[in-house]
Amino acid sequence: MAWFQKTKKTLESKKKSELPDGLWMKCENCGEIIFRKELIKNHHICQTCRFHFRISSRDYIELLVDEGSFREFNAELISADPLKFKDTKKYTDRVQAAVKKTGINDAVRTGFGTMDERKIVLGVMDFDFFGGSVGSVVGEKITRAVFKAIEGKYPLILVSASGGMRMQEGMYSLLQMAKTTCALAELSVAGLPYISVLTHPTTGGTTASFSMQGDVIIAEPGALIGFAGPRVIKQTIGQDLPPGFQRSEFLLQHGFIDMIEDRSRLKKTLSTIISHLCD
Amino acid sequence: MPERIALEFERPIIDLEKKIAEMRALSGSSQIELDDEIFRLEKKANKLRKDVYSSLTRWQKTQLARHPDRPYTLDYVKRIFDQFVELHGDRAFADDPAIVTGLGKIDETSVIVIGHQKGRGTKDNLYRNFGMPNPEGYRKAKRIMALAEKFNRPIIAFIDTPGAYPGLGAEERGQAEAIATNLMVMAKLPVPYIAVVIGEGGSGGALAISVADRIYMLENSIYSVITPEGCASILYRDASHAPKAAEAMKITAKDLAGLKLIDGLIDEPLGGAHRDPDFVAGKIKEMLLSALDELKSVPVDELIAKRHQRYFDVGVWSEVKK
Ligand SMILES: [Zn+2]
Repeated sequence: MAWFQKTKKTLESKKKSELPDGLWMKCENCGEIIFRKELIKNHHICQTCRFHFRISSRDYIELLVDEGSFREFNAELISADPLKFKDTKKYTDRVQAAVKKTGINDAVRTGFGTMDERKIVLGVMDFDFFGGSVGSVVGEKITRAVFKAIEGKYPLILVSASGGMRMQEGMYSLLQMAKTTCALAELSVAGLPYISVLTHPTTGGTTASFSMQGDVIIAEPGALIGFAGPRVIKQTIGQDLPPGFQRSEFLLQHGFIDMIEDRSRLKKTLSTIISHLCD
Repeated sequence: MPERIALEFERPIIDLEKKIAEMRALSGSSQIELDDEIFRLEKKANKLRKDVYSSLTRWQKTQLARHPDRPYTLDYVKRIFDQFVELHGDRAFADDPAIVTGLGKIDETSVIVIGHQKGRGTKDNLYRNFGMPNPEGYRKAKRIMALAEKFNRPIIAFIDTPGAYPGLGAEERGQAEAIATNLMVMAKLPVPYIAVVIGEGGSGGALAISVADRIYMLENSIYSVITPEGCASILYRDASHAPKAAEAMKITAKDLAGLKLIDGLIDEPLGGAHRDPDFVAGKIKEMLLSALDELKSVPVDELIAKRHQRYFDVGVWSEVKK
């Protein structure tokens, strides 16, 4: 919105000291101008159209676990560049840039927490780190999280936000789909619940592995969820995609997810489901 | 001799071979003595073949893996298995010709066969969707995996796909779910599972039938997280940089054997499997028989635990100091 940018600029130049950068935001879905503080208070949901802004893994963890209960594990794991991969930039430089940008070492954070006083294992992906792509570190962290759940007999919740497997680690990345699946197979045999939460966007090998293997699968409203990305499909079929294609509502209608839940009610819903499945 | 389809880098070889064949024909039908000349050219051709095919780049191997004359799953099936019976359909929506499944015997052992199937020629390729399965194909494979479990038969899978089909209907009918579910079924499957990559191992679409106890690759086959073209169009914003992407991703059988991500490499004749399908089928059969022999006596719990461990071991990382 041109008028808005102009207004913002004028305001900023006039009272820069009083107005921290990005005090106001525009809803990328409906265009509504939102007071940032209001947005944060409302779990980053636009109150006009219910669009769910993407939030960091840190915010998501806060949203789901009881205050102060999160104990992160394996945060120190970082990519070792097994293929010495280089395109226009070195992979190691890209990783360093992502670490600097997000303050985390790879695209998922895992740990223990309590949810309404019940102990759980939680993994939350972070799209801001390398597009939430899955390489050796993400695969290993999720696998270890599953083992912690099995050891302690805790339910597991994984929150996905990912563009798929990380090209820069080649086959190591692709095989993380099988690795996390084998871990989840052991969780399943142990009779422990795994709830998968899909957020915007979740595509590629991530969707085609652990994201779609939940005993219960919940999606945020309007999230893009699919195997192939919209651009690739469009290129393949040579026509535009129908409105709403590959969105949460489309997946619910076609029977691939259990429900769509608003972020403001997500913790309560997860808690209820787990209480039904666990003694 | 049927006309050979030549890849750009093998053009000089194919031209020379053609010339030799012509001279042979001429020598047979006339009094002209050409033996010396033919002998000289044969020697030259041999040297050229060795020079070209022993130093192929990853992109050239990719082209060989996709060669239109390359033997496909059913070409090997008829050479390796006796009394093969193809089984069709996912019992829910359709039969997907991009995946074939069936029953067969390898020597005395009854097995279940699953494989991607490409087509030869335009019409056949359209029918097979260029070997790119829809969800129905993966669900057919899942049905056959259940059959293998019920009747306690090992599974042999042939991998040869550019990838799972990225279409409207495929997404609508749950391509991601179909693949994810197959991975889980294979992770729990109580029978030996052996996979052979015979051409293209295209990402999740290949993995969807290859979570296995043993994975072998033909010398000129590839297995990749994304096609070189797909990788190039993301990283270089231009698919024509595919050769660079193929180099960077290390996608050949030799690469993956070096990284210990596969169990073995199966030799092909110089120039590729299509030069002698019988020879390659024989090599595959040998490998399958020895793998079946190794796996048949492994108790089920151990089989599954070892399968899991093989994947748990995949990954390279380091740790930052706290
Ligand atoms: Zn809005």
